Amino acid sequence: MAGKAETEALPQPDAAPAAASGGRTTLRRWLSNTGITIGGGLFLLILFLTMIGPFLVPHSAFDQSLVSRLRPPVWAGGTAEHPLGTDHLGRDYLARLLWGGRISLLIGFSTIAVAGIFGTVIGVLAGYFGGTLDFAVRFLIMVRLALPAVLIALAVAFIAGPSLKLLIIVLGLLLWDRFAVIARATTMQLRSSEFVVAARATGASNFTILRRDILPNIVNQLIVIATVELANAVLIAAALSFLGLGVQPPTPDWGLMIAEGKQYLLFSPYLITLPGIAMMVLVLSVNLLGDGIRDVTDPEARGR
Amino acid sequence: MERYAVRQFLLSAAVLVVVSVVGFVLLRASGDLAQRIAGSEALAADVEKVRIAYGLDRPLPIQYLDWALNALRGDLGRSLFFPEDVSTLIARRLPITLGLAALGLGTAIIFGILLGTISALKPNGLFDRLALGGAVLGQAMPPFWLGLLFIIFFGLHLGWLPVSGSETWRHFVLPTAVLAIATMPTIMRLTRSGMIDALRADYVRTARAKGLFPFTIVFKHALRNALIPVVAIAAVQLGALMGGSVVLETVFGVQGLGYLAWESINRADYPVVQAIVLVLGGIYCILTFISDLLHAALDPRMRAQ
Amino acid sequence: MRTDGTVLSIEGLKVSLPHREGTIHAVRDVSFDIGRGETVCVVGESGCGKSMTAMAVLNLLPRGARREARGLHWRDEDILKAGERRMRDLRGDRIGMIFQEPLTALNPSLPIGEQLMEVYRRHRPRQKREARARAIDMLGQVGIPNPEERLSQFPYQLSGGLRQRVVIAMALMCEPELIIADEPTTALDVTIQAQILRLLIDLKDRFGLALMLITHDLAVASRVADRIVVMYAGEVVEEAATAEFFARPLHPYARGLLGCLPSAHAGQRDAPLQVIPGTVPSLIGELTGCAFRDRCALAEPACRARIPLTDLGGHKVRCIRADAEEGAS
Repeated sequence: MAGKAETEALPQPDAAPAAASGGRTTLRRWLSNTGITIGGGLFLLILFLTMIGPFLVPHSAFDQSLVSRLRPPVWAGGTAEHPLGTDHLGRDYLARLLWGGRISLLIGFSTIAVAGIFGTVIGVLAGYFGGTLDFAVRFLIMVRLALPAVLIALAVAFIAGPSLKLLIIVLGLLLWDRFAVIARATTMQLRSSEFVVAARATGASNFTILRRDILPNIVNQLIVIATVELANAVLIAAALSFLGLGVQPPTPDWGLMIAEGKQYLLFSPYLITLPGIAMMVLVLSVNLLGDGIRDVTDPEARGR
Repeated sequence: MERYAVRQFLLSAAVLVVVSVVGFVLLRASGDLAQRIAGSEALAADVEKVRIAYGLDRPLPIQYLDWALNALRGDLGRSLFFPEDVSTLIARRLPITLGLAALGLGTAIIFGILLGTISALKPNGLFDRLALGGAVLGQAMPPFWLGLLFIIFFGLHLGWLPVSGSETWRHFVLPTAVLAIATMPTIMRLTRSGMIDALRADYVRTARAKGLFPFTIVFKHALRNALIPVVAIAAVQLGALMGGSVVLETVFGVQGLGYLAWESINRADYPVVQAIVLVLGGIYCILTFISDLLHAALDPRMRAQ
Repeated sequence: MRTDGTVLSIEGLKVSLPHREGTIHAVRDVSFDIGRGETVCVVGESGCGKSMTAMAVLNLLPRGARREARGLHWRDEDILKAGERRMRDLRGDRIGMIFQEPLTALNPSLPIGEQLMEVYRRHRPRQKREARARAIDMLGQVGIPNPEERLSQFPYQLSGGLRQRVVIAMALMCEPELIIADEPTTALDVTIQAQILRLLIDLKDRFGLALMLITHDLAVASRVADRIVVMYAGEVVEEAATAEFFARPLHPYARGLLGCLPSAHAGQRDAPLQVIPGTVPSLIGELTGCAFRDRCALAEPACRARIPLTDLGGHKVRCIRADAEEGAS
């Protein structure tokens, strides 16, 4: 909630749905949700492993060693030296997987930062001011949806030359639509709600209303969208890297690792399965977390 | 309804114009197109030759108008690689992609609705939990990776199905399965939540008080209402599947529009890429329109508007 | 005390629902009969178990609900133990149901004609062709103009009053012997309420229907009912013929309700609107003794004991002061 003084001066913000019940019961409600506990726990684990992990693994993700190429993982007859085996250049696969997680998270978070800010701003403005601005934003959303995102990203990457930075910018500019749609719809609902009407009647400026009455009340929905888009960004980025127009070697990226392992899929299938499983666990944790947050914050939409 | 159709048509046309402009500008402004066509080792003089030969030295608006006016007449230009018109090329590849997307979506719809309905009959029951778990897993799997796993297992390990190409129906089994698995979770979850709401609705209580059979209640009364949002999503998903066809067609070597786009991007065959962007945008607009029509057909309240 | 004329007999009905904070005993002890062609009004505040009683009769309780009774009979048939198949045959055929919310009781995406005809086709599979004629006839009977054109319309195209007429026509499609109407006029405008009520009275006479009318409105009950059943906190607290009830209400709760009745009942026109102090007790967990005792001015320690429904020559009441009350009035 905004400052205490404001809240007391104007009685209406308390009526706002954002002012939920007491902190402790909220926390208990959150922790009793399986999606949040399992998804959130997994996600924290991944965060921890990717941030700390590379320091714990004795091998570098980049050091090549031609004598220890394509060593199998321990369950397929490998040694504890390289528990998840090595790739075609003899690099430790565990180290590369952990590094790849960093790249995926970097791409995911940066993308939703770009897309989330852009989509939310235009969505809230469209929903709040309506009229021509709303029409323009709706048109923009239609254009975005009609553009084949993956194709555009591939073409741009080819012409401009692929790089991690470009990948993030392109994905950010392609994945804002859901933020805009939701921000617009919820803002429109809130605009006609009693506490916003009351705030306007007391002479609050548009900016104050947007900041104090609108944004806090749509933030839950936006977080849910952010989890969906984070997962989406990770999957699309992996696909682009897989096609060779995303993250470039020697940077270890899960999509790129799958592409590199493709030639050896017959005899070293772990080169493909492991990065895929890693990606699946990451996306799964984010999706579960998002579902859980939505269940807790919007009980109406439970199970959807 | 006519007014709506006219309005929607004009809007779609405007969207397509903007889509074509964006596609056009991005292909030229992201880097030096001529350099890409000539290749990275080409001499500066050769690059200039290419630039002039393809008219890339002219101002962007002129280039666009030239291209757009031709496109309006149905002439999408010539491929730099294939000895063919772009339109003939697309006309040959489009049905493969469209067919594959429709097959995948059709499979996903049939199973998704079925699983979603059964899940909704006993929410939080064993079946529901298993189906939801499967849906969450399905949503988390990168489709191209699943495609590779299928190739390894069904193609190489068991040797049941061909792993690359699009010559026979057997080539389409694996890609269809991957598409279906990727799309089913959304449809299943939407059906499930719609059915749970519908089965709780007053009109279902009325139907029960009328002594109707459970089959009638579920499939005639509840499902009809639960499917309204599913239909709206399905058409849009078809568009998304076509847009995403680049990746999957590359994995399975299916000679469709997506594969063509992929090859053309790597050859800097920009007339083809530009045209595919336009075609996919147009298909999206058409599908949105169809989705609205279907929506109206299912929901009588929509029809009135 | 069932006679040959009884269509529905409920004895000692109990309904309980699972809830996070314990079991809700929504219906705790309900017994009454409905005779052929008779109108019984079940009255009480919202949440007193009226609707649950109706749904329990048709075995249409929400999932997880438990139903118990000493006896539940449709004519001479024990329907407490009847299977779902038999109940399905009864519902919509012998027993029609009218709901409170005409806005949501009809399926929004099916034409009303289809919704009418399907009941008939379901229960009269050999006369499917007559369904349409029957639907038109019934829409006419409930006073809907141009019934034939209405068949292809959807619920959203009809006003609330017309929709409720459709729901009534639907309940009548198979010429039932009993109609259960759950607050059929509550959701409607006041002027429409009167029309629908008149229609119900009229139809009941025309078709010789037995009617179980659930309402919280004593004014409605006084106009329609042959007999009144008063419910409070899941129990029947009083049952009497209408004239007898309004002349000599015995239970303190019923008296309170009548005091609350704002309409004209012999000389009470100018009496101030009375409100019964206190609130309805929670239905979660067991409840022993008189449920009304906390709100009752006449309560005494003995009210904590279990109190049976006492029959005073056809006028039944659940109150330890029953005899005294009767003497007093």
